[in-house]
Amino acid sequence: MVYAVFAPLIFAILIPFLSRIKQRIHTGWLILPVPLLIFIYFLQFVGANFETKMQSTTWIPTLNISLDFYLDGLSLLFALLISGIGTLVVLYSIYYLNKEEQLGHFYTYLYIFMASMLGVVLSDNVFVLYTFWEFTSLSSFLLIGYWHHREKSRYGALKSMLITVLGGFSLLGGLILLTIETGTTSIREMVAMTDVIINSEYFIAILIFLLLGAFTKSAQFPFHIWLPDAMEAPTPVSAYLHSATMVKAGIYLMARFSPIFNEVPLFFILLSIFGLVTLAWASYMAVRQTDLKGILAFSTISQLGMIMAMLGFGTTYGVFAAVFHILNHATFKGSLFMVAGIVDHETGTRDIRRLGGLMTFMPISATLAVFGTFSMAGVPLPFLNGFYSKEMFFQSSLGLEGSGTFVEGLITAIPIIAVVGSIFTFIYSMYLFFGTFRGGYKEDQLPTKPHEAPIMMLVPPAILVLGVIVIGLFPNIFNNALITHSADAIYGDTVTKDIKYWHGLDSRAFQMSLAVVVLGVVLYLTKDKWSKIYSVLPGSLSLNRVYDWIVEKIESVSNKITTSYMTGSLRLYMMLILTAIILMTAGTLLYSGGMNFNTVDLAPITAQEVIVAIVMAIAAIGTTVARNRIAAILILGVVGYGLAILFVMYSAPDLALTQLIVETVTVVLFLLCFYHLPNLSSEGQSVAKTGSNILVSIGYGLLMFVIGISAYNSRFAETISSYFMENTYEEGGGHNAVNVILVDFRGIDTLFEVAVLFGAALGIYAMIKLRSNKGAK
Amino acid sequence: MEIIMIVLAAILFATGVYNILQKQLLRIVIGTVLISHGAHLFILTMGKLKRGAPPVEVYGVTEYADPLPQALILTSIVISFGVTSFLLVLAYRAYKLNQTDNMEKMRGSEHE
Repeated sequence: MVYAVFAPLIFAILIPFLSRIKQRIHTGWLILPVPLLIFIYFLQFVGANFETKMQSTTWIPTLNISLDFYLDGLSLLFALLISGIGTLVVLYSIYYLNKEEQLGHFYTYLYIFMASMLGVVLSDNVFVLYTFWEFTSLSSFLLIGYWHHREKSRYGALKSMLITVLGGFSLLGGLILLTIETGTTSIREMVAMTDVIINSEYFIAILIFLLLGAFTKSAQFPFHIWLPDAMEAPTPVSAYLHSATMVKAGIYLMARFSPIFNEVPLFFILLSIFGLVTLAWASYMAVRQTDLKGILAFSTISQLGMIMAMLGFGTTYGVFAAVFHILNHATFKGSLFMVAGIVDHETGTRDIRRLGGLMTFMPISATLAVFGTFSMAGVPLPFLNGFYSKEMFFQSSLGLEGSGTFVEGLITAIPIIAVVGSIFTFIYSMYLFFGTFRGGYKEDQLPTKPHEAPIMMLVPPAILVLGVIVIGLFPNIFNNALITHSADAIYGDTVTKDIKYWHGLDSRAFQMSLAVVVLGVVLYLTKDKWSKIYSVLPGSLSLNRVYDWIVEKIESVSNKITTSYMTGSLRLYMMLILTAIILMTAGTLLYSGGMNFNTVDLAPITAQEVIVAIVMAIAAIGTTVARNRIAAILILGVVGYGLAILFVMYSAPDLALTQLIVETVTVVLFLLCFYHLPNLSSEGQSVAKTGSNILVSIGYGLLMFVIGISAYNSRFAETISSYFMENTYEEGGGHNAVNVILVDFRGIDTLFEVAVLFGAALGIYAMIKLRSNKGAK
Repeated sequence: MEIIMIVLAAILFATGVYNILQKQLLRIVIGTVLISHGAHLFILTMGKLKRGAPPVEVYGVTEYADPLPQALILTSIVISFGVTSFLLVLAYRAYKLNQTDNMEKMRGSEHE
């Protein structure tokens, strides 16, 4: 299994080398065996007596993350779909893409996607699952943007990326919460600990996070908007990712975790409501589309909603029907996308308004489309698998049980919504087929003269249609070997169901099917009369506009916020920094009760010191009011020399010496510079600015005062200076303790202080001497 | 005495901050010098004032001032001197290049 997952990745590395020789042979042929072999590998597990398999490889043992691959019925169904349809899609793409395209890119992305999708469905470890999950988003982004020179491709790729990654992150949050609650990273062990999860205080959060992940990936309402835009991808990609595999990843996730959530009413409520709303809304919207792939995209959304709703019902019948429909949908939808691609390829347009009457030109494609569309519509014919799914869907929507007014109301509404959604499904299916292949042939509107596709291009959809028919004729072949195992895995208990074609005339489900067909036919024939309704609903209420509005607002609002405070004014930044310091420090002092205003252990006050202090204070204030630059510099010097005198008084001779010299040199430097700088009084500031400056300055001074007093009065330990005094001579060989500390006890400080001086000197030299040509004056 | 010194240091901080908030480059440099003076005084005050002789060993003296803050201040003085001189030359160059010492006018280009 490990090799099956990683084989496409390994081949993805080789593809760029293989694509070099595409002049002679199409790259697709060279790598076609990979998915085929994987398909054959997984095929060997199919059978009535299926047993689960487990393989484990260490990855990050310290975080309890290992590459655990677990194969049960559900994984097997998905693995077969991924590898099987993958094979067909690669075959189809060989004829769809010609050799001038960048084939190396295409197949590399496609194989990364295939590997990650296999990883998603086979992983037992939640974090491995998440890793592969994001890889599917990433490779889908690359594939949608494959024709990156087109504006719409880039838009669609970005949109799908934003929405699916949003859901991906939410999924990660849910998985982390699950891991914390259960203490394990294995899905099977989580399922075994259902009670712990359901009774957890984070249960609602876990459920919502996982649902959000699944809904975004599987294009459920209102996150479905990325899927129609993803139709800008090449058609093989749409057929593979956006109908058969990736969009079912969310379905898979819900199915995988449904043994945990099955008994929770909220799970039923959310999944059925969102699933049915998606079903009804998307099938309603699909009728309005004019692009073939647009119709198919909305159709996919609607079918996904149907599957999601059936998973939400959580009954044995519903789960079984959901699994059956996953298989059926993959067959007919894949074939329909391929046919749409063929039509596009052979006529040059996908616009259904310009198509029509193609049956005579493309008889084989038309035949394939008949099966696909009629199966999608659920027309009651015994050789169409879509009919069975629809019938089982109706059957499962009936007879649900629950308590509470809301739930009971919901249960009554479910079959009605199901029928309404199915009527629209019928309409767009008919529109898709008859609009393309019947009606008048519009010769002047087609870019190229239509003709039948090359026979090999028709093989992949033909195989899928064959699947439709075989499942339709003999539904129980697949039933025992594959679908029941899958349903068992979802339900957590044995589910055995036979698929019956004939439920009897008195069956409610059959009556519902008939109602759908009758009403569908009537509405399809009168479509032109009632289609004005689309200008009322959705009208201007398009979800795409909401998305565009959000994206645009995020950009403009954050831009506004940034420009509002990043004005480029140094003063403003200083004000913000200082205000933050004052508020946070003062707040902490008040909050923690750190203020301490004792007056113990103070030195005696003498007159000389007070005089020096007063002079310094006056001088300091003087610098702020001086209008003359030379006066400001000189009174700054007064402060410095005053400080030197204080150092003398407080027994610090080395400091006094240094301070005197440094102050002198500084004043000299100031005087040197002032000669070149303009006078201070040239420009003043506004009154408001001056006021706030004074406020902040005083606030900062007060803060430092409070800190100083409090710190001085809260000593926690004695100083270590007695050690320095005692060992200055014994250890350092000197009498001057300050100097010994500087060069001996703490010599590293001095080394780097010298480096600072050296750096400053170099910098000054460089600034004066080196000038770029541009800045030279 | 310590309280008076703390008040003085607070005044130095306040005036330094006020100068930094001005527009002219020279005032900003003056502000940084004032703030470093305030910080040095602060460190010295926190190490207790007037507790004994200068920290140079002399026979018979037992009470010395704390040498550690002094060493720290000495290092700091030198570093702030280096920074101040660098700032001054920077101010000089900035004025020469931009023909203004007004910080509000030094904005750089629009799309930096």
